[in-house]
Amino acid sequence: MSSETQKILTTDGIPLEESLRKAEKKNKIKAFLLVAPLLLFIIITYIFPIGEMFTRSIDDRMVTNMLPKTFKAMETWDGKELPSEEVFAAFLTDYRALAEKKEHGKLGQRLNKEKNGFNTILKKLWRKMKKFEEGNAKGQIMAIHKRFRDVKYWQAIKRTAPPYTMSKYLKGMDMYYNEDGKVVQVEEDRRIHRILWLRTLEVAFFVTVFCFLMGYPIAHLLATLPMKYSNLLMICVLLPFWTSLLVRTASWMILLQQQGIVNDFFVWIGLVSDENRPEMMYNKTGTYVAMTQILLPFMVLPLYSVMKTISPSLMRAGKSLGGTPFITFWKVYFPLTIPGIGAGCLLVFILAIGYYITPALVGGASGTLISNQIAFHMKTTLDWSFASAMGLMLLTGVLVVYWIYNKLVGIDNIKLG
Amino acid sequence: MALPKYTELHYRIWHYTYLTICGFVFFFLIAPLFVIFPLSFNAEEFLVFSEGMKRLDPDAFSLRWYHDMVYGTKNPWGLAAKNSFIIAVFATIGSVILGTVAALGLSSRHMPFKGIIMATLISPMIVPLIISGVAIFFFIAKVGLAATHLGIIIAHIILGTPFVVITVTATLSGFDHSVTRAASSLGSDPVNTFMKITLPLILPGVISGALFAFVTSFDEVVVVLFLAGLDNTTIPIQMWTGLREQLSPTILAVATCLIVLSTLVLVTAELLRRRSERIRGINR
Repeated sequence: MSSETQKILTTDGIPLEESLRKAEKKNKIKAFLLVAPLLLFIIITYIFPIGEMFTRSIDDRMVTNMLPKTFKAMETWDGKELPSEEVFAAFLTDYRALAEKKEHGKLGQRLNKEKNGFNTILKKLWRKMKKFEEGNAKGQIMAIHKRFRDVKYWQAIKRTAPPYTMSKYLKGMDMYYNEDGKVVQVEEDRRIHRILWLRTLEVAFFVTVFCFLMGYPIAHLLATLPMKYSNLLMICVLLPFWTSLLVRTASWMILLQQQGIVNDFFVWIGLVSDENRPEMMYNKTGTYVAMTQILLPFMVLPLYSVMKTISPSLMRAGKSLGGTPFITFWKVYFPLTIPGIGAGCLLVFILAIGYYITPALVGGASGTLISNQIAFHMKTTLDWSFASAMGLMLLTGVLVVYWIYNKLVGIDNIKLG
Repeated sequence: MALPKYTELHYRIWHYTYLTICGFVFFFLIAPLFVIFPLSFNAEEFLVFSEGMKRLDPDAFSLRWYHDMVYGTKNPWGLAAKNSFIIAVFATIGSVILGTVAALGLSSRHMPFKGIIMATLISPMIVPLIISGVAIFFFIAKVGLAATHLGIIIAHIILGTPFVVITVTATLSGFDHSVTRAASSLGSDPVNTFMKITLPLILPGVISGALFAFVTSFDEVVVVLFLAGLDNTTIPIQMWTGLREQLSPTILAVATCLIVLSTLVLVTAELLRRRSERIRGINR
C-alpha cells in the first residue's frame, strides 16, 4: 500500500495533519492578535523611547552638521601640523554660513567645552571676518589670534567631527576626553558622580540587607501561625504596602524630627539628654530607616508565599531524625526558602536602586542618589542627553543584577502577594 | 504558638526572643501610619503633640486642617484631587482593557514567543521608575502631549498594564478551558462566551489588577513630575511640593484621608483574593 492511502482524511477530503496544522496556525494568529494591541502600545510608547535615550545619549551631530565643509576638507589632514589653506577656507565658509543663521554662538560654546578659549577667538573671528579679503584664508585667520596658529585648536575641531560621542558616559563616570583626545579622570575634588554611584549602591545594598533581616522572621511567623492570627498580622504588612509612598515618608519626617516622637522617647528613657537630641533626619540614618520600612512589604510578600508552600512535616521529620531545631532550620527549612529570598532581595534591591522620592525628602544633602541626579538634569539643567546616558548606565546595572539573579536562583514569577 | 511542655529552657528563651523581634518589626511597619492620625486633628500649627493633646484636652483637637484642606484659600488640594481621580480612573480603564485582552492571548497555549513577549509587557514594572520616567517623557514630549491629562494617562497606562497582565494571567492559569469550549459547542460566539463565561470567572483577577493599576496611578509621582504642568497637578505632586517646602498640618489631613482610602483598597483587595481563590479551587 502506498503512504497516500494511509493518511486520514477529514470530511472535506483534506489530510487531517494539514487540517490540524491550519487550525494550530489560526489559533496562533488569534492569540497573537489579542496580545498585539498592548505589545504595540508598549513598544511604541516605551521600548522605542528607551532606544531613543540611547541615540540621544551618544548624539553629537551638532558640530558635524555645523561645519560640513570643514570636516570634508579635514579628511585628508593628518592632524599633526597646522591644516592646509583648503581647511581654513572651508572653515571660514562654514563659519560665515553659521553667522548668517546666527548660530555661530552655539558653535563657540560647544567648541569651548572641547578646548578652553575657543569661544573668545571665534568671537574675534566673527568681528574681523567682515573685513577679510578674498583668498589667503589661512593667513588672515592666523593673524587674528595666536591660538589660531596653535595646532591644538584645530585638533579640537577635528575631534568633534564624528556624529557620535561617548563623552556623556565618561562624564557619568567622572572622566572626560582631554585635549589629546585621551580618556582621563577629572580632578579628585570634582568626582561627584562616582560618589553618587557608590552611595546609591551602598543604600540599595544595606536597605536590602535590613529588609531581609527584618522580613525573614516575620514572614516565617506569618507562614507558620494559624490562619486567624496570621490574617490579622498580615494587615500590618499589607496596609503600608497599599498606602501612598509620600504618606509614609511624611510620617517618618514627623517621627524623626528633632522634637519628634522617636527623640522624645530617647530622652524619656534617658538615652540622650534633652539638649542634645540627635539629628535623625536629613542624613543617612533617616534614609535607611524610612526606606527599610517602605520596602519591607516587598521582601515579606515573596518570602511568605514561598514559606507557605513548605510543609511543616519536613521540620518534624528533621527533628525526629535527631536534628536540633537550629540544625533542622538551617539544613532543611532555609534552603527551601532561597527562591523567596532571591525574589524578595531582587525586588527590594531593584526598587531601592531607582528610588529618589524618599531619599530626597529625608536624606538631606547626603541623601542625593543617582536618580536625583537624573531628575535634576532632566528638569533643571535640561541636559537630556546626559540624563539619558546616566539612566542607561543605571539600566545596564539593573540588567546585570537580573542576569546574576537568573544565574543564581532562576527568574521566578514575581508574586504580588 | 504554645510550646510543648518538654521544651528545653534555652529553646523556650529563643522562642520568646523570636516572638519579641517579630513584634518589634510589626510595630515598625504599622506604627508610623498611626502617628499621622492624631496629629492631623491638632488645633495648633506645630507638628508635635501639644501639652493639651497629651492630656486629651478636647480643646487641643480640631478639624481646622480638614477645613483648610477643603475650603482653604488658593488651596491646590481640590484641583489636585480632581485631577488625580480623573487620571487614575482613565488610566485604570485603559490598563484593564489592554492588559486583560493581552493576558487572554498570553494564556493561550498557542501563543508564540511567550517568554520574550511577557518580558516586554512587564518591563515597565521591572525597570527603575526614573528610567521609565525619562523614556516616557521623551515619547510624550515628542507627540506633543506634555502637560496634558492625556499624556499623564498614557504614562500611567504604561505603568499600570504590567500589574493587570500579571494578575489576570495568574487567574487564568487555574482556568478550566473546557467551559469556554462547552459554550462554543452550544453555539455561542467568542465575544458572547467571553462576556458571559470567561469574564465573570476571571473578574476577581481583573479587579485586583485594576486596583493595582489605580493605586499605581494615584500614588505615582516620579513620572508625573516630568510630565505635569500647572493645570495637571495631582495629589502626589502637591504632597511632594508640600513636604519639600514646609510640612504643614494640612498635609497630614490629606495623608489621613489617603490612609483611609488605602484601608478601603486593602479590604477590597483581600476580599477579592479570597473570592478568587475560592473560585479557582485553591484552598490553603
